[in-house]
Amino acid sequence: MDATAAPIRIGADPGMAASPALPPPEAREIVFGVRGASVHYGTHLALRDVDLDVYRNFVTAFIGPSGCGKSSFIRCFNRLNDLIPTARVGGQITYHGEDLYAPAVDAVEVRQRIGMVFQKPNPFPKSIYDNIAFGPRVLGMKGGLDERVEQALQRAAIWDEVKDRLKTPALSLSGGQQQRLCIARALATDPDVLLMDEPCSALDPIAPAKIEELMLELRRDFTVIVVTHNMQQAARVADMTAFFTVEVGDEGRRTGILIEYDETARMFTNPQDSRTEAYVTGRFG
Amino acid sequence: MASHDATAGARPAHRRLGAVRPRRGEAAGKAVLALCAFLSILTTIGIVVALLEPALEFFTEISPVEFYGGTDWAPLFEPARFGVLPLIVGTLKITVIACLVCVPFGLGAAIYMAEYARPAIRSVLKPALEILAGIPTVVFGYFALTLVTPLLRDIGIHVDVFNALSAGIVVGVMLIPTVASVSEDAMQAVPAGLRQGAFGLGATKFQVSTRVIVPAAISGIIASFVLAISRAVGETMIVAIGAGLLPTMTLDPRLQTETMTAFIAAIGIGDVPTGSVEYKTIFAVGLTLFLITLALNLFAIRMVRRFREVYE
Ligand SMILES: Nc1ncnc2c1ncn2[C@@H]1O[C@H](COP(=O)(O)OP(=O)(O)OP(=O)(O)O)[C@@H](O)[C@H]1O
Ligand SMILES: [Mg+2]
Repeated sequence: MDATAAPIRIGADPGMAASPALPPPEAREIVFGVRGASVHYGTHLALRDVDLDVYRNFVTAFIGPSGCGKSSFIRCFNRLNDLIPTARVGGQITYHGEDLYAPAVDAVEVRQRIGMVFQKPNPFPKSIYDNIAFGPRVLGMKGGLDERVEQALQRAAIWDEVKDRLKTPALSLSGGQQQRLCIARALATDPDVLLMDEPCSALDPIAPAKIEELMLELRRDFTVIVVTHNMQQAARVADMTAFFTVEVGDEGRRTGILIEYDETARMFTNPQDSRTEAYVTGRFG
Repeated sequence: MASHDATAGARPAHRRLGAVRPRRGEAAGKAVLALCAFLSILTTIGIVVALLEPALEFFTEISPVEFYGGTDWAPLFEPARFGVLPLIVGTLKITVIACLVCVPFGLGAAIYMAEYARPAIRSVLKPALEILAGIPTVVFGYFALTLVTPLLRDIGIHVDVFNALSAGIVVGVMLIPTVASVSEDAMQAVPAGLRQGAFGLGATKFQVSTRVIVPAAISGIIASFVLAISRAVGETMIVAIGAGLLPTMTLDPRLQTETMTAFIAAIGIGDVPTGSVEYKTIFAVGLTLFLITLALNLFAIRMVRRFREVYE
C-alpha cells in the first residue's frame, strides 16, 4: 500500500480535503490504536483521554502549543516513558492489535521495532559507521553489517555526503547532517515505525527541507509519527494531523487534551473545532 | 513614534559618566582571594625546594646509578647499601594490587549509581561511599593487619603477618570511593540525549551503560583511575602497618615488603641524626616519589581536560 505520492500543500484547493491520494478509512491499516491514553508525572496529569488511530504508511503529525504533552505522548509509543521514574502511562495503546503495555511485553523489544529521532541530534561520540552499526550490533544482527549501514545511510539521504568518511567522528558533521545520521541510525535496524519528536527544531533553516522530503520518502516503507511546532511543516508532510491543546484546571494544573484528529488537508482548511481554527489561522496570520 | 515624544522630558537630564575611582575594599578582597589561589602553588614550590636541596646533596655522596640501579636497600646497616629498587618494587606491588581492587569495584559502583540505582538508593549509597573515603588510613592499616591477613590465611593463602597482599587489597578498598565518585560524575555528565538515543534503539540498560555511557565518559573514568593510582603510590599508613618495613626484592605479594612511603615514615620518626647520609635518603626517596606522583597527576589533568572537551 502506498500513500499519497505528493505532499499535501496548505492553501491548495479546499476540495483536496477529500484527497484522492489518501486511502479511504476502511482501507487503512491501524498500527497504533490509542484509547483513553493518559500520562502522569507523579501526581501531575500531563495528558488525558487521548483516542486516535495511527495508520500504516502514513505520516501522522502531532501539533499544539508548548507543554500540551506532545513529547509525553509520542514517548508512549516506544515506551520511552518507562525510563522516567515518575512517569505513568494510563489507558490502552495497542500495536498491531497487541497491548503495548501488557506485563508480558518487553519494552526493549518494543524499542527495537519502533525507532525514534529526537529534537536535538544526538549522535554517539563514535564514528559515523559505528553510530549506524550500533542498533544492528546490540540486536546481535550478524553479517551484512556494511550493507546495512550503507542502506540506512541511503534511506536517510546522507550516503553521498558521508560515504568517503565513514570512519570519521559523527560529531564532525553539521547539525542537519547529524540529524539525518540519527534518522539513518534509527532505520538501520529496519524498524516498523519511526517516531520523530520535533526533528527539525534545532536545525538551521535549510536543513528541515531535506528532512521533510525524507519523511515523505520514508512513508513508503515506514509509518512515521512526527511532533512539530511548525504548522507549515505539518501541512507539508502529514497525512493525518492531531491537534492538542492545554487545559488549565483549578489550581493552575495544566493538562494536555486532544482536540481534533483528522486528515491534514481537512484540518487546515475546515477545522471542526474553534480552538483548532484559532490555532491554525493564528499561526498563519 | 508617538510614544517616543510622550516620554521625552519625563527622565531627568543626563548626568555625565563618572571617572574611574579606587574602591579599596575591592582591592583588599582581590588580594586575599589571590593569596588563597596561590597558597597551594607556593606550598608546592616550597616542598620542591625543601626536597631538592638535601636530595641533591645525597646524590653527591651516593651516585644516582647506585641509587636507582641497586637491588639492595639497607641504608641504616654497616655497610650501608642504597639500592632503591626494592622500595620501588614494594610501591609497585601495592599499587597494582590496589588497582586490581579499586578499578573493577569502583567502576562497577559508578555504573550502578549512575545508570541503575533509583534515586532513593543512590541517596543512601553516595554518602555511604563518602564515609568510606573519610575513614582515617591508620584504621584501614589495622583493618589489613588484624582482619584481612587472618582472613587470607583462613581461605588458604599463606601470607606473612605483614604482607603486600592484604595491604594492597585494603588500599584498593580505600580507593573505591575515589574511582566510583569521579567516574560517576563523568558518567552523569554524559548528555541525557545519548542515553535516550541508545535506549530508543532498543539497547538494554547494560548495553547502554557499557557501549555508550562508559565510552563517552572514558577520559573522566581514566582520570579517576590515575587519581587512584597516584594515591596508592603515596599511601603510607596502611602499607606501614599492613605490609611491614622489610625491603624485599620480590614480586611475591604474600611476603613482607616495604614501600617508599613506609620507609620515609619509619626513618622520619626514628632517631637518625640530621644531616647524615641516612637522613638525606629520605629526601632522595621523597623526590623520587614526588616525581612519580607529579607525572601521574599531570597525566590525569590532561585526561580530564580532554573529557571536558568532548561535548563542547
Ligand atoms: N520528565 C518529566 N517529568 C515531569 N514532568 C514532565 C516531564 N516531561 C514533561 N513533563 C510535563 O508534562 C507536560 C507536557 O510536557 P511535554 O514535554 O510532553 O510537552 P510538549 O507538548 O512536548 O511541549 P514542547 O512543545 O515544549 O516540547 C509539561 O507540563 C511538562 O512540565
Ligand atoms: Mg516536546
